Amino acid sequence: MTGNREIRIEVPVLARVEGEGALDLVASGGRIETLHLRIFEPPRYFEKFLEGRGYEEVLDVVARICGICPVAYQMTAVQALEQAFGVEPSPWVQRLRRLMYCGEWLQSHALHIHLLALPDFLGFDNGIAMAAKHPDAVRRGLRLQRLGNDLIKLFGGRSVHPVGMRVGGFHRAPDPEQAARVLAELRSALRDAEALVAFTAGLDLPEDDQNFLSVALRHEHEYPMFSGRIVSDGGLDIPVEAFPDRFRESHVAHSTALYAHLDDRPYLVGPLARLNLNHDRLSAPARAALAATGLRLPSRNMFHSVIARAVEIHEAVLEAIRLLEDYRPQEPAFVPVEPRAGTGFGATEAPRGMLWHRYELDDGGRVLSAWIVPPTSQNQARIEDDLRRSLEALGLHHDDDALRQRGETVIRNYDPCISCATHFLKVRVRRQ
Amino acid sequence: MAMPRPNLTDALDRLNERPQPRPRIAVHKFSSCDGCQLAFINAGEALLQLAELVDIVHFAEAGPMDPEAAVDLAFVEGSISTPEEAERIQAVRANTRFLVSIGACATSGGLQALRNFNVDGAAGWTEAVYAQPEFIHSLDTATPVAEHVKVDLELWGCPVNARQVFQALRQLLFGVAPVVDRDKLCVECKRQQHVCVLVARGEPCMGPVTHTGCGALCPAFGRDCYACFGPAENPNTAALAHRFEGLGLLPEAVARRFHLINSHTPAFQTEWLDWQERS
Repeated sequence: MTGNREIRIEVPVLARVEGEGALDLVASGGRIETLHLRIFEPPRYFEKFLEGRGYEEVLDVVARICGICPVAYQMTAVQALEQAFGVEPSPWVQRLRRLMYCGEWLQSHALHIHLLALPDFLGFDNGIAMAAKHPDAVRRGLRLQRLGNDLIKLFGGRSVHPVGMRVGGFHRAPDPEQAARVLAELRSALRDAEALVAFTAGLDLPEDDQNFLSVALRHEHEYPMFSGRIVSDGGLDIPVEAFPDRFRESHVAHSTALYAHLDDRPYLVGPLARLNLNHDRLSAPARAALAATGLRLPSRNMFHSVIARAVEIHEAVLEAIRLLEDYRPQEPAFVPVEPRAGTGFGATEAPRGMLWHRYELDDGGRVLSAWIVPPTSQNQARIEDDLRRSLEALGLHHDDDALRQRGETVIRNYDPCISCATHFLKVRVRRQ
Repeated sequence: MAMPRPNLTDALDRLNERPQPRPRIAVHKFSSCDGCQLAFINAGEALLQLAELVDIVHFAEAGPMDPEAAVDLAFVEGSISTPEEAERIQAVRANTRFLVSIGACATSGGLQALRNFNVDGAAGWTEAVYAQPEFIHSLDTATPVAEHVKVDLELWGCPVNARQVFQALRQLLFGVAPVVDRDKLCVECKRQQHVCVLVARGEPCMGPVTHTGCGALCPAFGRDCYACFGPAENPNTAALAHRFEGLGLLPEAVARRFHLINSHTPAFQTEWLDWQERS
């Protein structure tokens, strides 16, 4: 079999990703000529819906951008709105927000590792089929996922589109009895999280080193989640407000998501980028578990993303225990807010990468304009770059099924969240 | 509790007359945030149990892929907002014995139905958001599934929760008409004995006109309901709107209360238009 044959492959919608997209590939003479990650998730115009809305409505609207990471959208927006109004939430509020965010990292990462990515590495079509052969691994994943959801519910009543956050803090302090139950669950989940790190490091992952630029937030002493400066391993170190000076979004024909570049270069956001740039900020137990795997950082192998996610699950469990151990409710759970005209910026680390927001508000606190840059659109150019290199490294002489399988595996590494970005995947391979 | 509607019993007969006892189910996605599919994906152990009871033949996010397969029961998430979706929903309907729309997008058009009221049409917004509007293929409206094909059961909510979905699914697997609680949110809130945020604190709570099902979460958190489960049966939206005005909301702010997640429903649309004109 040679890579020069004329072949056409079509797979209608890429499975195990959040949202809808496709991969178009044209190969000729054993080389890839064009490669498009085609995102056709319908546009939903959120930035326009926000115009004219009161600041109190923003968190309920932006949550609906994504069912998997609504907390990330709420956290980023609330930060921007509070900055615009000059509101400083109490350290108590900030601690609890970080705790709630740990819940989203846990549920999103556990979902991605076990139901979306792991079937690729263990040779199954889907997580449900995999559960019959690997019941313990899948059940461990489902336990961690549920724990994440329980943690979000503590603050928001439900894990999808939670209702508890407001500008200035929370509508209500979490119930101490419920908090104590979640703390007990977190403590018993520590063993699951440690085992998961070792388990992912033991997977037979492809070796495929590539050169790429990692971008993430960096905080003085915390593992980045909720705040920090925007840094890269290429020397970038800028405040959140300076994002538009260095990052550019552009629109291409094959995608309803906008492409982002840093100084005209593709870049990576997400767990591996965060770990590459911030592994020194992990807590001591998470660092020890990571060291035991023998993973060398920074890693240039995108397939290590699954290990990075497990490390972040471990860190999230440790951090959540730390934040919840001395929990005392405070009422009111918010500081009063006086709207004023101005502009506010927010950047946080959503499970799948940095999320950036900018809002302009009038003196009544109404939104004049909103600008949202989701993680998946930032990764889109990097994914295409990776696909091109990975498929050529694998060798185009492989049959269509093997190429399609590798292509899908590469894309899933990024945990693309296409509903967020549209503002994702059929695979079409054409060989000429 | 509402009696099953005649078209529901017909569809139920078709579902019960399936050739093989083990049901084949599909979960389809249209324009949405994927949050309602999470009622299945977040169900944990219950999802694995479900897979023992039924064949999940299509559920892209969970992995099984066979979008055009004939099934007994199809769950549809999302609204219809592109020409491709308008065609695809017809095929989904043709390939299933029983169709359940899940979540606000599928039942009312959802938050993205706000585009339906944009005077410039969605095209104006495409120009504002996208540098190359000619690349975007989108309809001017985002509409509920029932405006395109016959829907046998609607489960409202933004998002629907696992209890709602698994309860309906269990009842359908038993061959009976699912019972959907059609109370207003206020009734559930009273049962839970929360302090009324409208009466006690003057918050513009949508509870009196909103379909129950979330568990009265917002009042439990001391905030006003924002009607994410859509209008209840026979909602007195006019009286509530006047009450909001009495609380000191400007007409434009009253209008916005009805113009969020379920803006495309007749009851909320009427109230929005009325107060929009006064502002």
